[in-house]
Amino acid sequence: MSDAKPVVTQATLVKKAAPKTDFKPAGVSPSRRQRSYSVRLWSVRHSRFLEWFYARFANVFLMLHPVWKWLGYHRAEGPVTFLERNVKGLMFDCRMCGQCVLSSTGMSCPMNCPKQLRNGPCGGVRANGNCEVEPDMPCVWVQAWLGSQQMRGSDAILKVQKPVDQSLRETSSWLRVTAKAAAEREAAQNAASGDVK
Amino acid sequence: MSNTDVNPLDPSSPLDPLPGHSSLGRLERVLRRGEFAVTTELNPPDSANPQDVYERAAIFDGWVDGINAVDASGANCHMSSVGICALLTRMGYAPILQIACRDKNRIAIQGDILGASAMGVQNILCLTGDGVQAGDQPGAKPVFDLDSMSLLETARTMRDDAKFLSGRKLTHPPQVFLGAAINPFAPPYDFRPHRLAKKIEAGAQFVQSQYCFDVPMLREYMKKVRDMGLHEKCYIMVGVGPLASAKTARWIRSNVPGIHIPDEIIKRLEGAENQKAEGKKLCIDIINEVKEIEGVNGIHVMAYRQEEYVAEIVADSGVLKGRKPWKREAAPDTEMVAARIEEIGDKPQTPQQIVENVTN
Repeated sequence: MSDAKPVVTQATLVKKAAPKTDFKPAGVSPSRRQRSYSVRLWSVRHSRFLEWFYARFANVFLMLHPVWKWLGYHRAEGPVTFLERNVKGLMFDCRMCGQCVLSSTGMSCPMNCPKQLRNGPCGGVRANGNCEVEPDMPCVWVQAWLGSQQMRGSDAILKVQKPVDQSLRETSSWLRVTAKAAAEREAAQNAASGDVK
Repeated sequence: MSNTDVNPLDPSSPLDPLPGHSSLGRLERVLRRGEFAVTTELNPPDSANPQDVYERAAIFDGWVDGINAVDASGANCHMSSVGICALLTRMGYAPILQIACRDKNRIAIQGDILGASAMGVQNILCLTGDGVQAGDQPGAKPVFDLDSMSLLETARTMRDDAKFLSGRKLTHPPQVFLGAAINPFAPPYDFRPHRLAKKIEAGAQFVQSQYCFDVPMLREYMKKVRDMGLHEKCYIMVGVGPLASAKTARWIRSNVPGIHIPDEIIKRLEGAENQKAEGKKLCIDIINEVKEIEGVNGIHVMAYRQEEYVAEIVADSGVLKGRKPWKREAAPDTEMVAARIEEIGDKPQTPQQIVENVTN
């Protein structure tokens, strides 16, 4: 076994045949943006605090529902999306899929996975817990599992996620969640008042 | 029908190779012989039943030289074009495999080209495809890894150089006749003939156009095409089809991108007593005008949800000039088997009884 020649894979051949240039961002996949994961990993380590914080934050947003409505959600969208993109971009490397599932994935954004898996890790995770596609990136789903175990809603990660609606990309998830919650609250109130009568 | 257009051993097998032909199919032979070709489009079923495909194909029997198997046209989900083609080739039909770049990346597309060719598909039409927003599942991820032009080039590389885009060798290249789509009726009008030239350079051997309702506009386009000498490098088939009513025409004009319907057409439909019959007559009139234009080698009849009228339209317009395209016929042994089954009827016989009957 020891004197067996190393296997030359197709990937190696393709890499060798690629034209040489001075600028070569080695081994970078198209979906990758940066090489430092420290903030993202911090967010996962503090997933319980972020969960607590987000619950308050979502409440504030819901309280502001009359304001959004008065402004018009479509008018609020621009600034809110800008804020959301930058805040979540800094903390989670958010990819603005528009249907945030951070609270079901231990505060580790699944859209950073090169395969964009939203229901758990693939079979290729390396023994050191890093990604199979990007060897120096910690697997998004290894982190997600760690993060989710610290959270109160640690069962949320077990729920099967629906396919991503790609038409919602680059839109505000915060406003969408708020509008939905407000509609549910109203429906519940209407049902309650209907019962009284 | 020429005798060379059917494999005497088995209608579902490829034809014998001819010099200068890139495929073993019927459509390429018809076009290269200089005959006026007729193709049509199969309305793909929303089912997993092969009979649905056979029934929908059977109404074109003996009237068309090729059947387009659409690849989720309008981004609406239906049976896949590769599946439809595989079924049609089994029966001996000459399907034209449409490949849209919306749903598959280059890895899937190159695999499909090999698979389809292995199933006996001889013609491939390379399209960019409608956006996912147009269809029934707008939340889908649009792929568009390649576009129609690079797809043509990919297919041509696979056929002529026997290799994948990566440079890896194919042991047996797909022998296919390559097609593309043109739309002379959309801006920028000046650029359209140049775009056709680009497609020819990328590998297009035949093109099918978008619905033609504006013949003067097509004449203009064809004039430029002839000036550039493109009609000698590529077979041009003009898309035609019946409009069901003035209301449908208006709806199509405002909702389906890329289809240009002039006001006169709608006025003519509105003025008619029976709009459906008028729509059919209009289609035949357009065919008769189009077939006289120099450089037009055929028509592509798209009669969405009016497929039963295709045969009538082709017959009434007389474009086939008495030629009979291939028609599925029962093989002699099939007839014998059918006769025998009839003879047996509902009562099954044991082998002993059969022998007794024969000896008596």
